[in-house]
Amino acid sequence: MVKLPIYMDNHATTPLDPRVLKAMMPYLTDQFGNAASRNHKFGWEAEEAVEEARRQIAALIGADAREIVFTSGATESDNLAVKGVAWMYREKGDHIITAVTEHKAILDTCKHLEKEGFRVTFLPVDSKGLVDLDDLRKAITDKTILISIMTANNEVGVIQDIKAIGKIARERGVLFHTDAVQAAGKVPFNVNEMNVDIASLSAHKFYGPKGVGALYVRRRNPRVLLTPIIDGGGHERGMRSGTLNVPGIAGFGKAAQIAREEMPKESAEMFRLRERLRTTLERELDEIYINGDLQRRLPGNLNMSFAYVEGESLLMGINDVAVSSGSACTSASLEPSYVLKALGVGEDLAHTSIRFGIGRFNTEEEVDYVAGRVTEVVRRLRELSPLYEMAKEGIDLKSVHWATEA
Amino acid sequence: MAYSDKVIDHYNNPRNVGSLPKEDPNVGTGLVGAPECGDVMKLQIKVNEESGVIEDAKFKTFGCGSAIASSSLATEWVKGKTLGEALAIKNTDIVKELSLPPVKIHCSVLAEDAIKAAVTDWKKKHGDGLTS
Repeated sequence: MVKLPIYMDNHATTPLDPRVLKAMMPYLTDQFGNAASRNHKFGWEAEEAVEEARRQIAALIGADAREIVFTSGATESDNLAVKGVAWMYREKGDHIITAVTEHKAILDTCKHLEKEGFRVTFLPVDSKGLVDLDDLRKAITDKTILISIMTANNEVGVIQDIKAIGKIARERGVLFHTDAVQAAGKVPFNVNEMNVDIASLSAHKFYGPKGVGALYVRRRNPRVLLTPIIDGGGHERGMRSGTLNVPGIAGFGKAAQIAREEMPKESAEMFRLRERLRTTLERELDEIYINGDLQRRLPGNLNMSFAYVEGESLLMGINDVAVSSGSACTSASLEPSYVLKALGVGEDLAHTSIRFGIGRFNTEEEVDYVAGRVTEVVRRLRELSPLYEMAKEGIDLKSVHWATEA
Repeated sequence: MAYSDKVIDHYNNPRNVGSLPKEDPNVGTGLVGAPECGDVMKLQIKVNEESGVIEDAKFKTFGCGSAIASSSLATEWVKGKTLGEALAIKNTDIVKELSLPPVKIHCSVLAEDAIKAAVTDWKKKHGDGLTS
């Protein structure tokens, strides 16, 4: 019998790996020193833990330990990357390029910079969720100082051609930042092979603790300089002041080490479970659609629209399974997912989308249970859906004149 | 997203799900909302021509749990009422009964609109209509 509820929302966050907790415990208890205390054992122990974590995280992404700047999480990393470059290189140029499917931490940061007078190009994506490289090339001007394109998308799991984007940026002498929060620790990600200059990482997306993240900042070829967004004691090479979260960082390092060692086996297993879920659902239900490219995708991600069934009502029916929906009703804004909209998914189908995020601790048994529950609830809700009834009667729903203004 | 017990009950055991023949002269059909907005409700009433009393009501809803509950409740409430009494049902009554949070008030508005649309459709079929 499977243990309920089942957690299958691993893009939102992941549970802490017990091995990570174990690595954190000393720094939550006896070894509580401040890593910036240079003249006693407590400080040295803390500093040693931080430097070990720096090496472990650097190893995960093929970087040098000195290129890792610790932050409070991915939102801060994204802010530091984009604002830090914009403010540092303002005299060189005032143009930033990003994409419409980026995380809000990038989009809203860019919008903030627009108010300061920067110009931002928000590149569209195709129906697969991919940025067109020619669009990118054409968008670059001699005033472009930064390209920020995420590695893997948090909703549809689509992985951009980061290596090619990085190559274009390098050729044009533009700095390249990527939000690698969803990709790092899940798929191979190497800053040198991929020509990445700055990268955002988050511990809690790969079984580490919440409240700790990092920014990779290239030290040579080119050397990247950032204007800090937080002023203070000059920690982290002056780029990020503030006492380091030593237990969080120790956990982050351990999580990175585990991810690096287990990635080949783990990603193959995620992929197997994801495909099992997808093929089961496709066998059991008609009119279901995958959002985003299926090939260039995180192994644990499945984003699907279940036509004629509103997402929130589906979530309510599978209340012993934790997943998330692109439906408006699950967000505060009452707008359906902007990511799905950018892929050209109609609003009608966006309202019916569910994101499954399979993670390290999910089992085949759980996948089968989830597939069974979703199938059962979709069938039940379709019996309740006037749209399904109309579609079965052969009515083209697009031709219906909907009284949108009541 | 904490649902009230009544919303959960209507979601799990929706009352009066189904369809009435929309060509039947005694059936009024209301179809409100739009798929793009994430809510579509179809509410149908069967009216006794003599008495003007709603003898039966059915619904089908595409929407969140609160939308399903609002329309399910609406069918329960209109049954046995005259058209005039049915038209007197206000969305605020539904909000109160189901303890809907502010973000879900539009679901109750849609249910009220569905009742009105069904009554209007019935009246249209009956030309003179019954004064409400």
